[in-house]
Amino acid sequence: MSAEKMTMAQAINAALRDAIAQDDSVVVFGEDVAQLGGVFRVTDGLHRDFGESRVFDTPLAESGIVGMAVGMAMNGMRPVVEMQFDAFAYPAFEQIVSHVAKLGNRTRGKVRLPIVIRIPYAGGIGGVEHHCDSSEAYYAHTPGLTVVAPATNADAYGLLRAAIAGSDPVVFLEPKKHYFAREEVDVSVAVPPIGRAVVRRPGKDATLIAYGPSVPVALAAAEQAATEGRDLGVVDLRSIVPFDDETVCAEVRKTGRAVVVAEAPGFASVASEIAARVGERCFHHLEAPVRRVTGFDVPYPPPKLEHHFLPGVDRILDAVDTLQWEDAA
Amino acid sequence: MSAGQLKAAITPARLLDETGRLVRGASKPDAEALAEGYRKLVFARRLNEQCGALVRQGRLAVYPSSRGQEACQVACASVLSDGDWLFPTYRDTAAIAARGVDPVEVLTLLRGDWHCGYDPNEHKVAPQATPLATQLLHAVGVGHAARLKGEDTVVMALCGDGATSEGDFHEACNFAAVFKAPVVFFVQNNKYAISVPLARQSVAPSLAAKAIGYGMPGFRVDGNDLPALEKVLGEAVARARAGEGPTLVEADTYRIESHTNADDASRYRADDEVADWLPRDPLLRVKAYLTAVGALDDEREREITAAAEEMAAAVRAGVGAETSADPEEIFAHLYSTPTPQLAEQRAALRAELDLEEA
Ligand SMILES: Cc1ncc(C[n+]2csc(CCOP(=O)(O)OP(=O)(O)O)c2C)c(N)n1
Ligand SMILES: [Mg+2]
Repeated sequence: MSAEKMTMAQAINAALRDAIAQDDSVVVFGEDVAQLGGVFRVTDGLHRDFGESRVFDTPLAESGIVGMAVGMAMNGMRPVVEMQFDAFAYPAFEQIVSHVAKLGNRTRGKVRLPIVIRIPYAGGIGGVEHHCDSSEAYYAHTPGLTVVAPATNADAYGLLRAAIAGSDPVVFLEPKKHYFAREEVDVSVAVPPIGRAVVRRPGKDATLIAYGPSVPVALAAAEQAATEGRDLGVVDLRSIVPFDDETVCAEVRKTGRAVVVAEAPGFASVASEIAARVGERCFHHLEAPVRRVTGFDVPYPPPKLEHHFLPGVDRILDAVDTLQWEDAA
Repeated sequence: MSAGQLKAAITPARLLDETGRLVRGASKPDAEALAEGYRKLVFARRLNEQCGALVRQGRLAVYPSSRGQEACQVACASVLSDGDWLFPTYRDTAAIAARGVDPVEVLTLLRGDWHCGYDPNEHKVAPQATPLATQLLHAVGVGHAARLKGEDTVVMALCGDGATSEGDFHEACNFAAVFKAPVVFFVQNNKYAISVPLARQSVAPSLAAKAIGYGMPGFRVDGNDLPALEKVLGEAVARARAGEGPTLVEADTYRIESHTNADDASRYRADDEVADWLPRDPLLRVKAYLTAVGALDDEREREITAAAEEMAAAVRAGVGAETSADPEEIFAHLYSTPTPQLAEQRAALRAELDLEEA
């Protein structure tokens, strides 16, 4: 099969469709996922084509959805559940932290939970409160969870297939501002293993490290820097857990300078973890401290103010400017 | 639990039928009070229409309409006294306005300027809750605190049919019943949670019937019948005030419009179903009744319409005015004293803004 233009919503839909078709144990459920096809239409047509036993709406209760997924996984199924928005996953937090993440460890690996929790996440869509949270740190901080955040439509397809096929629970963070953007997707290429970052743009002068919705922002910044004579590379993590130290550090060692870009508030964040790891591993190669460009340490602002919160090209380039270039010459 | 209690929790109470005739055995509502209620219904309807127009013009980020549910919106506010509290959801803009809050202040949230535009303490109206059912526990807390302080405050806690599936709904009902908290849980059963029909939320005989399991009274009421709602909710408020504890009231109503302007209800429900509910419009029957008893004539109708138009014009002007959103405000309210980190970040944003302005 050759490449096809599709949106991220369609790419995820295709991944679900192919997984349901190929594996009888895959079931998709959540709020509004069946008849409506999801509020973002990600599950559009799946209920129609595969029926109620494979794709179904649940009562409105996130703890119920994830808790039931645990039981179904214990009994041989591969549940792929949808949390309607990032902030509406919080009622399921107890199930995710206490059971989804820990049951494998608790039972010495006797019980494995191949569950995928899909979460439309992050901002940039003008959503009112509770619709734009970047909640990745909660999950990344919880040992036992795999945390994936695709930045391209092709990765959304491939990584979701990998997540569903794997034997461990995955929190799959879908940047909702990407849902309706079209890109080439070739569903026939090999599924990338979860845990490998990818160099989206090689660069000689500094390395931007990003994931999910921040990757295109980092690429735009690199594009802009190039016109100003600075060659910035961009690494797309793809998965936050497992973290690909090797790819990230290899790039940073080449450039000696790094900026981490993420939408979530910066304090005690994934960006902080990345900066710390890079600092520890690349210290002798660094020309300047690793910088973080993140959201402010405030709740996600109302629609009219979100652009002040989101890390943009200017803030990234300002941070790059502080990386002690005067010593370089 | 008696057979009568079960019946009250399952069969909707009614005073006015769809044509505006008093049902058999019902006592006559006070015509003057009902005419006042009618004015509020017209206001609520006009507000829904105005907000619909504003969202189409892009002046509101989103609008969840309560069209068809205006009797619920008006009744839950009108049965409260000044010192009582209302805990509304995103769909209850009209109820908050009926409580006396300026609709322009209420719309701050949906306009995208701030998360809540009114002072909850001033109006005794909690911020509109979006995370479903979470506010119900806060309502129980406000009520229980009032009892501990020796105050006779009553709390009206609103939620939808879908929200009754959340764990917090269960916890709130149970806490309220155990602590005999002065709370009225008012569920507007509009038959849908976005696309999901009631049958997927619950197979209980009714939502009000759940009250029985918690050990509190439950009542089902025709949610498009203003006097019936005011009677049932008013009695629940009186019980709460008298120290007799919580009540669960379920309104049998219908969401006439899509979930919000962003939703397309034709994907999951038939037009016929909506058409069936249109004649049950909460405004029609009150108008018919008042006209029949001579409490509403053309002149009064014109006066009410004109006043509603004036309100709508004020909403247009207020929502259309230049945005009041201040970027630095995102740092302003998190802590009573800002942390050093926030002060630093605020200064950084200020510097960016100054550069832009320069
Ligand atoms: C905890 C939580 N989960 C999901 C949502 C997303 N959501 C917003 S409204 C809604 C449907 C609510 O239905 P119902 O309680 O019947 O109220 P209605 O909208 O019909 O007034 C959903 C699923 C949410 N706001 N909060
Ligand atoms: Mg509903």
